[in-house]
This record gives sequence, C-alpha cells and structure tokens, in this order.
Amino acid sequence: MVSLEIFGIQNSTLAVVAALTGVALVAAALWVAGLIAPRSFNPQKGEAYECGIPTRGESMSQFKVGYYLYAILFLMFDVETVFLFPWAVRVKELGVDGLVGIAVFFGILVLGLVYAWRKGALEWK
Amino acid sequence: MYDLSVITNWIHELLLSVMPGWLATTVECVAIGVALLLVYALLALFYIYFERKVCAAFQCRLGPNRVGPMGLLQSFADMFKMLIKEVIRLKHIDRFLFALAPYLVIIASMLSFAVLPWGNGLQILDFNIGIFFLIAVSSIGVLGILLAGWSSNNKFTLIGALRSGAQMVSYELSIGLSVLTMVAFAGTMSVTGIVEEQKDLWFIFSGHIPAIIAFVIYLIAGTAETNRGPFDLPEAESELTAGYHTEYSGIHFGFFYLAEYLNLFIVSGVATLLFFGGWMPLHIPGWDGFNAVMDFIPSVVWFIGKAIALSFVIIWFKWTFPRLRIDQLLNLEWKYLLPINLFNLVLMVLVIVYGLHF
Repeated sequence: MVSLEIFGIQNSTLAVVAALTGVALVAAALWVAGLIAPRSFNPQKGEAYECGIPTRGESMSQFKVGYYLYAILFLMFDVETVFLFPWAVRVKELGVDGLVGIAVFFGILVLGLVYAWRKGALEWK
Repeated sequence: MYDLSVITNWIHELLLSVMPGWLATTVECVAIGVALLLVYALLALFYIYFERKVCAAFQCRLGPNRVGPMGLLQSFADMFKMLIKEVIRLKHIDRFLFALAPYLVIIASMLSFAVLPWGNGLQILDFNIGIFFLIAVSSIGVLGILLAGWSSNNKFTLIGALRSGAQMVSYELSIGLSVLTMVAFAGTMSVTGIVEEQKDLWFIFSGHIPAIIAFVIYLIAGTAETNRGPFDLPEAESELTAGYHTEYSGIHFGFFYLAEYLNLFIVSGVATLLFFGGWMPLHIPGWDGFNAVMDFIPSVVWFIGKAIALSFVIIWFKWTFPRLRIDQLLNLEWKYLLPINLFNLVLMVLVIVYGLHF
C-alpha cells in the first residue's frame, strides 16, 4: 500500500496548516474589505433585518423542542457509527464470526430506533 | 499513469539542498497553504459560474454572458463586488459568536477539502483514518451555521439555523452509514487505500447492488448536507428571507456563499472517492487497449472531471424536485433512509462475507 506524506511532513502538522489557511482566508478577506469597503453611519442600519417595523422582543428565546429531540437521537446513532467503523475495517478477515458478533449490537440499536419510532419521537407535531 | 509525488519529492530535495530542514518544512507548509487557498478560491469561482450557467440552461436562459467571453469573468466581478460592499455593524448581535461563525464554516470546508485525493501522489492530508477524519471535520460546519443563526438575534436566522441544524445532523447519519458500508467493502479507512482498492474496477461496479443503494443514499444525503436543491429550506427565501445568514453583509456573507459551493464540490468529491474510484481511470477488466488509453488521461483530470459531473447531477436535482417541508424532510431521513441504510449495511456485509462481489 502506498503511504504518502507530502514533503515528508506529518499529517497532524498538515491538518493544522489547512485549518490555519481557513483562518487566514477569512481574516485576510475581512481585512481587505475593511480597507476598501465604504463606511457610512446611520442608526437604522444596525437594526434587525426583519419586517421593516422595529423588532419586538428578544429573538434568542425558546424554540420548538422537536429540534432538540432529533439532536438527541442523532447522538445515539452517531456514537454507534463510531463503534461500527473499527469493525467495518476488519469485516473481511472476521468473516461469519464478525457478522454474528455485530448482529447483537445491531439488534440493540434497531430496537432503539423502533422504540423511538413507537414513542412518536419521529413525528413532527 | 504518472505519479505526481515525484514532483513533490523533487521540490523537497531542491529545498533541502539550499536551506536547513526546519526552514524547508516551513516553506513547504506555506506553499501548501497558498496552493490550498488558490485551488479553493478558483474552484469556488468556477462553481458559481457553473451553477449559474447550468441553472440558466435548465430554464432556457443564457445565464451570465456580459462580463468576459461567455460571462467567464462574472464570478470574479461578483467577488470584487462583495469585497467592496460595506460590512454593516449591527447593534443587537452577540459580537464574538457572530464573528466566529464564518471561521468555523470555512475551516470545516478547508479541512475536508485537504483530505480529497486530487491525483496520483497529490494529496495533502493522508491519515490512515482519512475518511473518518473527513466525516469528523465536515460536521464542524453545522456548528458555524447554528452559531451564525443564534448570534444574529433575528427570528428568521434562528429558525433557519435550527432547521439547518436538524437537517444536517439527521442527514449526517446517512452519510456516515453509507460511508461505513463502503469502508466495510474497501477494508480500509485510508483515502489512498480506498482509491488503490479500485484500481481494476470502481466500487459502484464491483459492489453492485449494495454499492448502488449506498450511492443513491449518499447522493440524497449529500444534497441535504449542503443545504441545496429540494432540501434548501434552511434558507427558503420565500419564507425566511435568507435563513441563517440574513444578518451577514458584504464579504461576511461571502464566506457562507463560498463554503456552500465548496461543500458541493466536497460532497461530489467524496462520492467520487467512494464509488467512482477517486483519481483512478475507468478500467474494464480484459479490455487492455481501452485501459491503456484511459491511463493517458492525467489523474487530476479524472478526479475533478468526475466530481464536476456529480455536481451537475446535484444541481439538476434543484430544478427537478419541489422543496420539501420540514416534517417530510425528517421523515424521509428517519423513516426511510435510515432503515434502508441499516439493511443495506447488512446486505453489504453478507456480500463481503460470502464473496459475492466482483
């Protein structure tokens, strides 16, 4: 198998380089925009862009609980994917034994989904 | 098929001969950063032009055709227009989080961009858990979107961000599971490894039925993940003005715009990597002459060509399907795609264990 490390630099260093490139892109573009963009001052411009009339009340308020419920369900299944990945890499070597082993885990997981479904957590009310 | 790592090795040797090791490493890191930035910006500009032209073609219009030959310079003009627009200071926002959000969105797309296999020997990040890293970093983007919507302190942005959050986390599951299916088939998580496995036959052909199901699910979930096409309800302009980035102005908005187009490329790039052989040319076992001709096309052209062809399909979706409602969207994911995906994983494992693949 080919193992490539471009220029012989470690991957973790390169990940930092890529992240810094992202930061540099945003910072540089904002800086350039600050230099060449026009500025004008008008108290109306600082208002919320809603309907034209002055905004009433706070917007950082309560929101529908449905979104939260989906986030919780997502956590359950996402963590499950994390557990499945190491097994998926080895599944060729493990053969039928691996299949039986993971079936138990998989069954519990599907039970969880069925439970959420029957409880009505997947209904958007 | 030429190996591009010859070129990078040559540059490395050349730099080492004129300067000490640490300086050479620094120069190389800066060079990689600049190259990333250039490719990132150019691809985004190309994609803006490409999407506008494709949309125009679907609606029997001409699309941009004034700036430059065939409107090719239109997106450059748009970029400069965005740069010279005022970044408005708002008084009701959470300043720190508002400024942080574009950074998170751009960093997420830049990191996943760096994982893509551009060509033979031309790949920046090559972890042995490459595809896993890609899933992990691409989910940072949703944080940026949630922060943008929340910190703007505007009703439209809050609803847009919550819709986007619910949609992106739900569909991430499908992406994760279809990637998992293909990882099981490839037997490795390394991006190079996955590409190498497809030397003779792309996974979509060698994995037949389960691979095709995984591909269809990936394409649907990828479209939803990029907030595009029929799944664009986080920024449904007729309901929510512009969704989570309503309050962003000028270049500040430009970052979200940029990341959105880049995410389209990343989603198609990952689909290319998992199902269409990454930078591997099209090979048909037994057709030696044909395979040799295909080898002449450079690997970079293969990768970018396949990714753009898939992006075309995703743009096509946008003009074919009507926008979904939030409950339909979540039902589609949780009641259809997720069970199908779990079933498909089992099917794929059976195919692997009993050796029913090509």
